[in-house]
Amino acid sequence: MYTEKLLDLFKNPKHNGRIIGADAVGEAGNMSCGDILKIYLKLDGEKIVDAKFQTLGCPAAIAAAEVTCSLAIGKNINNVDRITNKDVLNMLGDVPPSKVHCSILAEQVIKDALKDYKKRQAALEKQKKK
Amino acid sequence: MRKIYLDSAASTYVSNDVLQEMLPVFTTDFANSASVHNMGTEASNLVEIARERIAKGIKARSASEIYFTGSGTEANNLAILGAARANKQKGKHIIATKIEHPSVLECLKVLETEGFKITYLTADENGMVSMIAFLHALRPDTILVTCMMASSEVGTIQNIRAMSKVANDKGILFHTDAVAALGNVPINAEEMGIDLLSISAHKVYGPKGVGALYVREGTKLQPIIYGGGQEKGLRSGSTNVPAIVGFGKAVELATRDIAINNQKCKQVRDYFIKKVTETIPFIQVNGHPMQRLPNIVSISFDMIEGESIVMLLADAGIAASTGSACNSNKLQANHVLTAMRLPMNLIHGSVRFSFLKNIQIEEVDYVVKELDKAVKRLREMSPIKRSKLAK
Repeated sequence: MYTEKLLDLFKNPKHNGRIIGADAVGEAGNMSCGDILKIYLKLDGEKIVDAKFQTLGCPAAIAAAEVTCSLAIGKNINNVDRITNKDVLNMLGDVPPSKVHCSILAEQVIKDALKDYKKRQAALEKQKKK
Repeated sequence: MRKIYLDSAASTYVSNDVLQEMLPVFTTDFANSASVHNMGTEASNLVEIARERIAKGIKARSASEIYFTGSGTEANNLAILGAARANKQKGKHIIATKIEHPSVLECLKVLETEGFKITYLTADENGMVSMIAFLHALRPDTILVTCMMASSEVGTIQNIRAMSKVANDKGILFHTDAVAALGNVPINAEEMGIDLLSISAHKVYGPKGVGALYVREGTKLQPIIYGGGQEKGLRSGSTNVPAIVGFGKAVELATRDIAINNQKCKQVRDYFIKKVTETIPFIQVNGHPMQRLPNIVSISFDMIEGESIVMLLADAGIAASTGSACNSNKLQANHVLTAMRLPMNLIHGSVRFSFLKNIQIEEVDYVVKELDKAVKRLREMSPIKRSKLAK
């Protein structure tokens, strides 16, 4: 059912964990669909220098989170939402049709992290004005 | 690497005794059992021996009440569609349960489009169908009740006799899917008041591709497959003689050895449950605590997802599953655990372990060790850290 590539990402993820003091955190999914993705981004200026994930989910959800982290590292945080579910699917190889939603969750978690970053930036701006 | 198979509820191997009976049928006694020449008669005799063996195994009154099909699924299709369509002038109401196999549930959906009304009974948290709900569901136009004998998902054994007695008294046909029960629960079709009963060979160390429907004499059924009129017109198609021969032998062995197999399996099952409960926190064993199959254990692991557990176990040479293999290409949450009203975290975190008859205690120790490793690893990966385990 799963490709070797996907299983390798699932079994040997390099970006699993959390970043204490992350500059942006995103979350997607819920218990009723069975998958919860959380991503932590560390920035140097606007550049993403580290990314880590925590996932409750099937092998495809864990592999998708791993791929999302490696896609995010090196990107400018403001452009991070250019990562689409298609990019994630490309990195995963063939996934069963019932697992495509895991790549959509990956896209959502990135968007959520960007939202969190912008919220934090806005709060910082507000503080500066005071 | 070690190989431990804990998915007997999905399929078993073909036992050597069964295979030895089957082999000559492929090459020597290969004739069409419907042919009139001697070789055809010989093949036909083999089929009748198998029919006798199966009738004996499920305590049917006569071998003529056994009809061979291509699978347990087909037996369920023939029973549900066949009984409903043949008896629709009496009424169009059917009582079923929410925890049936897809081969029952999908037929009922078809019947709904044909104007039948279906009442689906729920199960309690132990997977037991409520007798009170059943009594309330009865209507004057009820023509058929279908309730599985035992669940292949959580192992709960239903109170079939209590339900069938009511159905018998009211002249309502009673069907039971006994695919998971065969070889694990003593079956007496006659005494249990069953009109239609589905079984399959590949869950009792027989070959895949053959099942049977017990049809109590006098029960009206409409075929679902038409053609040459084999199986007294109820199931056309050339008779699958080698598979049927294997099925007959498998049922003979399964019913002969049921007590010893059950005792061994129960020991291993109870040891497994005890070990897992002692070793791994935040789990729940699903199904009825007492009235359960000896070979199936369903466990929910909180904070993680079942398929990931299965895939890590696969890496250690252990074959388990998240539930019915017939559901694994669908995205929906397990319908049996949903009907049992388990919280979502426990539905998604469920794994089914089903034992073969030759399972060893020592193998269980290895499984629990690997299971503990897999669960720890996935819980470390999970963003959910505090348990919300429902008690």
